Amino acid sequence: MVNSIRFEHVKKTFTTIDGEKVTALSGVDLEIEQGKFICLIGPSGCGKSTMLRLLAGLDTPSEGAVYLNDKQVTKPGSDRGLVFQDPNLFPWLTIYDNIAFGLKARGMYKQRKNDVSSFMELVGLKGFERSFPHQLSGGMCQRASLARALIGNPQALLLDEPLGALDAFTRMNMQDELLRIKKEQSMTMIMVTHDVDEAVYLADQIVVMTPRPAKIEKVLDVRLSQPRDRNNPEFIRLRSEILKILDFAGKESTPEYNI
Amino acid sequence: MKFVRPLLPLISLAAAEIIALAIPDSPLHQKAAHPYFAVLLLIVTVVYYIGAFLSDRISRRQKTPREHPIFYRAPFLAGAILFGNLLNLFTVKTALFPVLYFPSLDRVFGTLVEDRVLIGKCIGFSLGILAKGVFGGLLIGFFTGLAIGFSKAAEYWINPIVRILGPIPSTAWIPILLIVFSEARNASAFIIGISVWFPITVLTSSGIANVKNSYFEVSSTLGASTFYKIFRIGVPAAMPHIFLGLFNGICGSFVALMTAEMIGAKYGIGWYVNFQKEMMAYANVYAGLIVIAVMFYLIITLLFKVRNRVLGWQKGVIKW
Repeated sequence: MVNSIRFEHVKKTFTTIDGEKVTALSGVDLEIEQGKFICLIGPSGCGKSTMLRLLAGLDTPSEGAVYLNDKQVTKPGSDRGLVFQDPNLFPWLTIYDNIAFGLKARGMYKQRKNDVSSFMELVGLKGFERSFPHQLSGGMCQRASLARALIGNPQALLLDEPLGALDAFTRMNMQDELLRIKKEQSMTMIMVTHDVDEAVYLADQIVVMTPRPAKIEKVLDVRLSQPRDRNNPEFIRLRSEILKILDFAGKESTPEYNI
Repeated sequence: MKFVRPLLPLISLAAAEIIALAIPDSPLHQKAAHPYFAVLLLIVTVVYYIGAFLSDRISRRQKTPREHPIFYRAPFLAGAILFGNLLNLFTVKTALFPVLYFPSLDRVFGTLVEDRVLIGKCIGFSLGILAKGVFGGLLIGFFTGLAIGFSKAAEYWINPIVRILGPIPSTAWIPILLIVFSEARNASAFIIGISVWFPITVLTSSGIANVKNSYFEVSSTLGASTFYKIFRIGVPAAMPHIFLGLFNGICGSFVALMTAEMIGAKYGIGWYVNFQKEMMAYANVYAGLIVIAVMFYLIITLLFKVRNRVLGWQKGVIKW
């Protein structure tokens, strides 16, 4: 299938300093359609961030392969934008220069100079061009980080708990913002989250993962139209279904204190 | 107090001028050609008042808030004048201090005027060697640190050498350098270079080792090449460390310069002090020390100005 992301029998093991092998991901198969909003959800240690890093090309799978448009992912590239929980803005650059970074790095700044202001406007940061990251709030920094990833026109935007560090109001605000941006830019968005509510509010498809072994438990389609009402019966039903899967999985898994 | 504060330098100045001009000098002291000390005090005070009024005027016109109120430094200046006044009293007026080692302030400041050609030449000579050594050491240290910071192979092979050679005090190289270099000034520049090279290398490489890995990860997802990541992420992120190294290196280079000039140099401000000491011309020794203090103060001030400009983004992030 063209224009898609594919995980084929992907396994990832790390070796700790003590020489111990840790399985971060044990045999994952997943196909993601172009233009969808996907949420990866699950408790810590279920390998959801690992999946994102593999797709970004920051790590390579121990077994299997990840494909973007039928091309195997081997290294990071600007066709996949990445946003972390920590905005990771470069503190020595102004907000403008942070957002323009990708264009400058690829020598495209001259032709696409105007895009910087339009992306600043897209994320609602107009007027903060000359501010430095430390002068902005956490939410604003995350917007800047979003713009920095978006300006390269990536086919997929990878979000690793991007709203995790924000307060509840800023968070809901940013969720709507993400949906608006997605509509305008029409790209695939893959988001890792801990928050079931957030997943049901945003996603077209929710990938529920469980730890030990770290794998995909279930893939759920969300057939609610946007904008979504958090009190809709279907919304509530989905939320409790996910919670049930996670709870059930939690009981089956080995307890943390078991040596 | 509010009204006295601006007048303090004037009061202190009046006392100093009366003692300097009205009380006769001790016959034990060699006579100076002019009353340099009295003139200097007057100039300093006038310059201070003009400066205070002008900066007040400017900040009022630009409506920028002042860091300190006008006449903030007035008590300090008054104290400084008082200190000079007491020195003057104990040296030339009463000969309370040993005459040979504590010459009159008139002769110390007189030396700066009368010996200005030689002193100027010495300053030029010293600055030349210092510039050569500091820029050489900075350049080589920066690239050594960069290599250690980014390349595993360089870290394996070069880092032990840096750790063994670096802590050797640069002046300990003198016996070898005198054989290697035919010209003393090149040997001096080399000593200065070594004393700058070591702290720059260490702090550049540790600065790069401390850069958040996620900065590099983010920049690779934004399509940055390795070269771009080194110079646009690694170097600016390590810049606070590099400046710390530069500050340490420059302070070390002053020591190295003074020592280097005391071996086989024909000019230089360190040579000047040493030479005049051997001539028992202590007025010239003090004049030389004043020149050294002013020179190094200006260099450090310049370094801090450059740092504030380059690391302006740090405000509120890191303080040192």
